[in-house]
Amino acid sequence: MRSKNKYLAGLAVLAATALASSMAFAGTISGKVTVDGPTPKQKVIDMSKEPACAKDYPATAPPTTETAVVGPGNTLADVVVYISAGANDEGTVPSQSVTLEQKGCRYIKHVTALHVNQDMQIKNDDPTSHNIHPLAKTNREWNKSQPPGTPPLDAKFDQPEFIPVKCNIHPWMHGYFVVLKTNHFGVTDTDGAFSLKDLPPGKYTVTAWQETFGSSSQDVTIGGANETKSINFVFKGKAY
Amino acid sequence: MGKLFAVIVILIAIGSAIPIVMHTWHQPVDISKDGHLIDEQLSDTMVEAGVSFLAAQFVLAFFVFRYADRKDPGKIKSFPGGAKVMVAAAVILVGTEVFALGIMGTRAWSGQYFTPPGQDALTIQSQAGQFAFYFRYPGPDGKLGPQHPDKIDEGAQNFFGLDPANDVDSRDDIVTAELGIPVDKEIRLLMHSKDVGHSFYVRELRVQQDYVPGLDLMVHFTAKTPGRYEIVCTQLCGLGHYNMKAYLNVMSQSDFDAWLKQKASEQ
Repeated sequence: MRSKNKYLAGLAVLAATALASSMAFAGTISGKVTVDGPTPKQKVIDMSKEPACAKDYPATAPPTTETAVVGPGNTLADVVVYISAGANDEGTVPSQSVTLEQKGCRYIKHVTALHVNQDMQIKNDDPTSHNIHPLAKTNREWNKSQPPGTPPLDAKFDQPEFIPVKCNIHPWMHGYFVVLKTNHFGVTDTDGAFSLKDLPPGKYTVTAWQETFGSSSQDVTIGGANETKSINFVFKGKAY
Repeated sequence: MGKLFAVIVILIAIGSAIPIVMHTWHQPVDISKDGHLIDEQLSDTMVEAGVSFLAAQFVLAFFVFRYADRKDPGKIKSFPGGAKVMVAAAVILVGTEVFALGIMGTRAWSGQYFTPPGQDALTIQSQAGQFAFYFRYPGPDGKLGPQHPDKIDEGAQNFFGLDPANDVDSRDDIVTAELGIPVDKEIRLLMHSKDVGHSFYVRELRVQQDYVPGLDLMVHFTAKTPGRYEIVCTQLCGLGHYNMKAYLNVMSQSDFDAWLKQKASEQ
């Protein structure tokens, strides 16, 4: 009986901590990522060798590469913004999985960020086979074939790493898996905006990473429980 | 029973020759200026092999027919002169046949491999890699920029490993996934492999040439009929081999110029 009480008390403490961490801390770091200067021209991808995918794209809007996707006002897409130091949530693996779609012989999204050991579901929506190949160096490298109509593949990565991913069948298919040891991350859309929420007060290093322009870091201090800090990242452009 | 077998052998031999003599199966259309040489060689080979095949079947049938019902189990006559003479005769017979095919084929072979393309041939580079073909046109400067294997970045469509930031010659190079060529113009196709062995095969062109890792090879051809034809890899190269193909697009000179301009704008 005694031990049961102790157990319940322990649970209550855990629940209270969880509640506190999810509710009390509402500090936010948000901002925009832009690029200053020339950016590499995004090239048209010719998928004529795979008619099943080529038909997904109208002639007026051919698929292009995604090494530097720039929105209006020089905002930058596919930038991973994350807390690289100071985060309090190392080791908390989210229970929900992230999904990577292979559609029209492209990776959607081009850059997928996830937590170490978080489950990833890789789906093939195309009427053709893919062979997914994460070119991991720290994690174990693997490649798996996925014929059309087969169930999603499960993947996990147990080390933080920026992993280039390619398809061994369609050479133009390329993307990144960004495996992080924090839950505070975001991947920008074409508006370049990011927002890192639920941060307790403290000093943080925020890093923005983009596959072509590299990475850049800034130190930010969250003073109060509900403080919102605004920071912007400006990458230096390059033409090639 | 033996006589019946002889008759069946004759019927099978004649039956299998009929569709070939009647041309029941047509060759695919020939769009190449020199394709007829290959077709003639194929047809010569077929005639020579076909005549030998029929002759062998008839001789076999004759002996089966003549000696099937032999009652006398006496000694069977051997070949005049014995086994040595028979082997020598066979070597001379088959050797003559192969030699004759070689002589007849020299025109098709030397036309491709011992004769360089003309001075005004259009140079295009092709690269085979798992599991796609890519092509490179030299652009207005007429020069193909150098390749740097470490710069190959397929995610950025840099299949050839070009370095336009540092190599001026590379800046106007045009890389395509489709082999567009003008009609009635000789093409000098430079070939190399990025990884393993592949093969360039366009049946309508009557051209089939392997890509050999480490070798820079060349074929030349002239297409005389506009159209879109399939280029397939005919050398087993890995799990995606079945899916390794590209298209040959033969166009009029003006269509080709417009096509190349369009491709140049996509670089």
